[in-house]
Amino acid sequence: MSPLLWALNIAHVLLGLAMLLSIWRTVYGPRAQDRVLALDTLYVNGMLLVLTLGIRTGTTHYFEVALAIALMGFVSTVALAKFLMRGEVIE
Amino acid sequence: MSGASIPLWAEWVVAVLLVSGTGLAFLGTIGLTRFRSFFDRMHAPTLCASMGMAAVVLASIVYFTVAGQRLVVHELLIAIFVTMTTPVTFTMLARAAYLRRLESDGDHFPPDARTPSRDT
Amino acid sequence: MMKRWLPYPRVSLLLFALWLTLNQTLDPAHLALAAVVAVVAPLLGSPFMPVRKGAHRLDHILLLCGIVFIDIVRSNIAVALIILGARREQTRSGFVRIKLNLHNPSALAALACIITSCPGTLWVSFDPQRREMLLHVLDLIDEEEWRDIVKYRYERLLVEIFE
Repeated sequence: MSPLLWALNIAHVLLGLAMLLSIWRTVYGPRAQDRVLALDTLYVNGMLLVLTLGIRTGTTHYFEVALAIALMGFVSTVALAKFLMRGEVIE
Repeated sequence: MSGASIPLWAEWVVAVLLVSGTGLAFLGTIGLTRFRSFFDRMHAPTLCASMGMAAVVLASIVYFTVAGQRLVVHELLIAIFVTMTTPVTFTMLARAAYLRRLESDGDHFPPDARTPSRDT
Repeated sequence: MMKRWLPYPRVSLLLFALWLTLNQTLDPAHLALAAVVAVVAPLLGSPFMPVRKGAHRLDHILLLCGIVFIDIVRSNIAVALIILGARREQTRSGFVRIKLNLHNPSALAALACIITSCPGTLWVSFDPQRREMLLHVLDLIDEEEWRDIVKYRYERLLVEIFE
């Protein structure tokens, strides 16, 4: 097996474990801000996983998916942080 | 399974970048689960979003540039976007957490901590 | 004329480059589309753009970017070592209050982004009456050291850039 394939396998396993850990933190809190922080980490890890998938398959189509995940992660985290701050999103 | 094949030196460069980047992201998430108080936990995911992301994006750029024989830079957009948005979300989240603070969260707040004004 | 159609030339230039990078092309059709986007988007967005004195002194901006890059790499390694538990006993986190001389809102926003994007430091809040910021540090050994870092490493350059 080539070094790249080894690295890809390791990267997938590490990112999968990281996503599981952030899901654990999302579920067990303990407070709302912990859940939001963990959700943001989950988004970043998911984006990195999609980027590594793009390297594995050798197609650039995954780039758009990663960009969309990054955008949605930003918007949702900002909305949730705003909600935590004031109790409403739009004022 | 893998798409285009690339020379061995490039495989090693991409492999090292991938493993170090995802390793940093994994470490950041470990910190998220291991630290005791909320404000300590807020420091850990910055690892994923700064160097971890940068290394993986660099790996992607090197791979597609070598495989396609032309400069592929549009992954840089992700890097720029994530670098610019992460501090914004984190400062907002830190402010929200500070406004909702409780001593039972495990953080030692400064003694004269009064409610910060809300217009910045 | 120029002011009317291109109120924010730097934003327009960025949008132009962004469109071309996103499409990975230098096709004439895409050049035209990018030009349309670069002209129309700032015009539509201009009611929402606060009018502020922008940044100048390109040399100082580049210097600041270099410093921030070095700090991000260094603090990444430091925080990774803390998480690995290499020096768990001595690590103590805490808040630091720092009085700032910056007045420009853009400069304050830039400082907040710089501090937060380094792992290990976090901008928590800013009190405009007392002109004090609240900083959370993961590895707090000496409060004065962090005051010096913020004041002399970042604030001095930001004053030069924005004021």
